[in-house]
Amino acid sequence: MSDNSLSFSFTRNSKYLLLLLIPAWFLLYHNLQGLTDKLVFDIFIMPRGKHLTEAIRFFIFEVPKVLMLLTLIIFFVGIIRTYFSPERTRKALEGKSLFTGNVMAASLGIVTPFCSCSAIPLFLGFIESGIPLGVTFSFLIAAPMINEVAIVLLFGLFGWKTALIYVVTGLIIAITAGWVIGRLHLEKWVEPWVYQLKAGEHPEDKRLTFHKRIKMGFEAVKEIVGKVWIYVIIGIAVGAGVHGYVPQDFMASFMGKSAWYSVPLSVLIGIPLYSNAAGIIPIVSALIEKGAALGTSLAFMMSVIGLSLPEMIILRKVLKLPLIFTFIGVVGTGIIIVGFLFNYIF
Amino acid sequence: MEIKILGTGCSNCKNLEKATREAVAELNLDANVVKEEDIVKIMGYGVMRTPALVVDEKVLLYGRVPSVKEIKELLTK
Repeated sequence: MSDNSLSFSFTRNSKYLLLLLIPAWFLLYHNLQGLTDKLVFDIFIMPRGKHLTEAIRFFIFEVPKVLMLLTLIIFFVGIIRTYFSPERTRKALEGKSLFTGNVMAASLGIVTPFCSCSAIPLFLGFIESGIPLGVTFSFLIAAPMINEVAIVLLFGLFGWKTALIYVVTGLIIAITAGWVIGRLHLEKWVEPWVYQLKAGEHPEDKRLTFHKRIKMGFEAVKEIVGKVWIYVIIGIAVGAGVHGYVPQDFMASFMGKSAWYSVPLSVLIGIPLYSNAAGIIPIVSALIEKGAALGTSLAFMMSVIGLSLPEMIILRKVLKLPLIFTFIGVVGTGIIIVGFLFNYIF
Repeated sequence: MEIKILGTGCSNCKNLEKATREAVAELNLDANVVKEEDIVKIMGYGVMRTPALVVDEKVLLYGRVPSVKEIKELLTK
């Protein structure tokens, strides 16, 4: 990651630096497998076909690959995100009908900058400006579940098809779950003070120059990659161990297609299990290789990433317990259906 | 000068408080830095993303943790 740290100090010349860094990125990325093999077989002189060799080769190849992908994508997503904000999203959602509102909220949830620590002010801001509860939920489900880190890891370790499946099914779950919650009219389970709240005038956004947006792209890389790199390394290390040592089809008996109960069980286990996408996806990718079914694995990942206990605890400040359980129930059911569906199709 | 850090206690809020205190110390400002954790009061400033930096009741920045250098620029403006 030395090229990153370098670039931060030179952001003033970021435009020229980009012209240099991006080709360098592609050159390195495309030669990564060859470089890895050279390192493992010619420099470490490790015997081919051995478990340890395979595990180390997997690790040495996947870690830089995933970190490079993360750096590039988060940089561009960071720039794109400067064009979105919760305030603009809120404005776009005002006065939308239930279904249209759900679709827009879920889609905007992907691109709007969101951190679970801001879940409460965001929830309050949406409700206060009259956005229906169900629409707000579509946003709150999509925003953490479909994030750029998850997409990059799925793309890097599973391929673009799985990444696309994850995004599309995630969107459908967020839209439907929000719509269902809206139809159930559960406003009575929102803490009463929420509806009495009067928010102040929102401070006006300054227009950003493009130079500033590029700088914010670098900042996003520094913040997000700086936070998740350790999970990527640990996740891939565990994945490499599984890749090299766990026997073929070992997972088939309990995460395979024939074990129908594995889908709801994976979702249940995934709720208290709190990890981010960066830690969980490499492990799951190795499990699939060992016979875990795609649907079951998908359900497990969505549950771990999308239904997190810490976020529920934060939301307890504004939602009564029955609503939190309804939220978990509706989203959990959606994830289980997706799991069964993909086990059935593939 | 009255400086408020709005935030419900996440790590970013603590980082912003730390950076602001550093900036105030480096500029030798006569300022009072307080943390506002009450969500109802935070919403009163119209902020949907924490943490936020409020100087003399005016929201100068929200939703991210700027560098000490940037805070210094904001405070001297």
